[in-house]
Amino acid sequence: MSTTLDAVHAPTAAAPAPSRVGQKITFAKAINLGLRRALEQDAKVLLMGEDIGKLGGVFRVTDGLQKDFGEDRVVDTPLAESGIVGTAIGLAMRGYRPVCEIQFDGFIFPAFDQITTQLAKMHYRSKGRLTLPVVIRVPFGGGIGAVEHHSESPEALFAHTAGLRVVSPSTPGEAYTMIQSAIASPDPVLFFEPKGRYWEKADVDLDGEPSLGLNKARVVRAGSDVTIVAYGPTVLTALKAAATAEAEGTSVEVVDLRSISPIDVDTVVESVRKTGRCVVVHEAPVAFGAGAEVAARVTEQCFFHLHAPVLRVGGFHAPYPVAKIEHDYLPSLDRVLDAVDRAIAY
Amino acid sequence: MSSTDPSTGGPLTDDGLVQLLTPEGERVSHPDYDARVAHLTADDLRGMYRDMVLVRRFDTESTSLQRQGELALFAQALGQEAAQIGSGRALAAQDHVFPSYREHGVAHTRGVDLTEVLRLFRGVDHGGWDPVANGFHLYTLVIGSHALHATGYAMGVQRDGRVGTGDPQRDTAVAVYFGDGATSQGDVSEALVFAAVNNAPLVFFCQNNQWAISEPTTRQTRVPLSHRGTGFGIPSVRVDGNDVLASYAVTAEALERARSGGGPTFIEAFTYRMGAHTTSDDPTRYRSAAEEEYWRRRDPIDRLAAHLRATGELSPEFEAQVSAEADALGERIRTAVRSMGRPEAVSMFEHVYATSHPTVDAERAWFEAYESSFLDSASEGSHR
Repeated sequence: MSTTLDAVHAPTAAAPAPSRVGQKITFAKAINLGLRRALEQDAKVLLMGEDIGKLGGVFRVTDGLQKDFGEDRVVDTPLAESGIVGTAIGLAMRGYRPVCEIQFDGFIFPAFDQITTQLAKMHYRSKGRLTLPVVIRVPFGGGIGAVEHHSESPEALFAHTAGLRVVSPSTPGEAYTMIQSAIASPDPVLFFEPKGRYWEKADVDLDGEPSLGLNKARVVRAGSDVTIVAYGPTVLTALKAAATAEAEGTSVEVVDLRSISPIDVDTVVESVRKTGRCVVVHEAPVAFGAGAEVAARVTEQCFFHLHAPVLRVGGFHAPYPVAKIEHDYLPSLDRVLDAVDRAIAY
Repeated sequence: MSSTDPSTGGPLTDDGLVQLLTPEGERVSHPDYDARVAHLTADDLRGMYRDMVLVRRFDTESTSLQRQGELALFAQALGQEAAQIGSGRALAAQDHVFPSYREHGVAHTRGVDLTEVLRLFRGVDHGGWDPVANGFHLYTLVIGSHALHATGYAMGVQRDGRVGTGDPQRDTAVAVYFGDGATSQGDVSEALVFAAVNNAPLVFFCQNNQWAISEPTTRQTRVPLSHRGTGFGIPSVRVDGNDVLASYAVTAEALERARSGGGPTFIEAFTYRMGAHTTSDDPTRYRSAAEEEYWRRRDPIDRLAAHLRATGELSPEFEAQVSAEADALGERIRTAVRSMGRPEAVSMFEHVYATSHPTVDAERAWFEAYESSFLDSASEGSHR
């Protein structure tokens, strides 16, 4: 809890620890610095992707890294996503720790086979003889006015596959440490970066060590009436909803999942047993999404604590729409508040 | 029917195949490749003969075991022994191989105990052997996927500084084996792109066995498959894959190019899948007896045997010795397969992740509690 975002939106929570070395940097820069630190600390770490070299990636997340670490460690690849992930698997077998950048969420599907059929299963297939410490960075989510295939949220497809870890940071500070944790993980990690937040600035403790790991959720705002569960881009929406609801007399607790596989069920359950109500918010379509998994777990473990059914707010069962109406598709502040109201009124 | 029709110049032509032994076993000279086999002794050739005979026995024994219900499935290498033993014997200890699922001959040359291969087909293991210790990766069942793994591995070899040092103990090559059908997969094309632009120390060894289950090579290509490599700027060669000497020679050259920093090579080994695709297949539905007979006359083992007999290097005693060895292997396979028991059910939760994953842990705990809830669990270990 070391960021401005948290500090602003967590008025009633336990006071966040003040950052030791606070520096205002963007979300994109935080990942950049996390990658830089990993490249410095481990010669086996290498970055692979389209346009990540001289250009620094289309979002400039890898800006300047090829200049400092060379073309063998920051690799501009051919335009072939299956090729990127497939060769990363081979490099990992040879002892490297590749970090792949998929340029946009909607471009990950040519690599879907390699990710789900090979990357996810090699450790299992080899009975633990092979580990594949591969990170796949995916700028995901919408709200940036893009053309088709540039705003999707496919995380549930990967969380449904055993063998993969799926995480998403919600703040620059988290992005900085979580990317390092992901690279250190011996398991493959899908690292979903909320691209709509890339330009937001916050204080980041650049000397901070990853402490929470990849498995844990965190309560980013304490409350007593409703729990909002969110991750990645919707954590900020949830915090705004909590602030608005408080003005109307409703106390909202916000849980940032951080990880979609695994889901930290214990933290969610502890919160919902206290509040008795749960609203899950993600940009991905509600149907068969991560929210359905949260709802099932909460129902199984909090049944007699619930005052209302678990509600879900997210995208619709329609392809991601054109930019001019995308904000009607995305889980807006109003739709989250509507769900909070419905949970209270149930 | 002949599968070869040189007049078309299409994928079925046998034009341009490197050959050092004719189908009748006569040694013919080739200006580019004679030197590659000049050092081979009669013992080496007899070793190749022995390997091929043993692998064929493995095939027939495993097929029988499948018919007896001991294996769920089996995929024979029958007819492809020369391509596999010849190329496999050209590899160095430090080289690394990425096979598809029919490379029993290559597995044998890498020191993999062939009974281990059957763990997969028995249904007790997804792999079986240690892929690192043998320099022989696990079988890949999704066609062509492993071409990318091999390419990435070769890129790692480059980064390790194990290419072009001139030290034969240090310089390392990677070989990937796949079939004619795989050449239509996007992953193989992407592997050719990545290997070419990175100059990766990699040998693409394509066994064109004429059939992808029921589809002939003409459903995959209009030109010889070696053109696939050429199109990506990769030196490519066609070899008579039923000629163990020629298969050895072209692979040795390609491996040397890779190790010395010369980059990838594409080899099309022109051969024939004499058996079915797997024990579940029925080739009589899609190919003729005449075609099978045409290739039976080109049997790779007969070819080397004829050559060795003609040169007086295959004694009846040696043949009998190899035959006895094959019998012993058959016995060992039968015993080993029948002793491969059912894994513990709870093992399905092992190695899903390298580090603890709460979902797996919770489901495993539930499963164990469920299993132990049965009254007879203490005595039998399972309610089944």
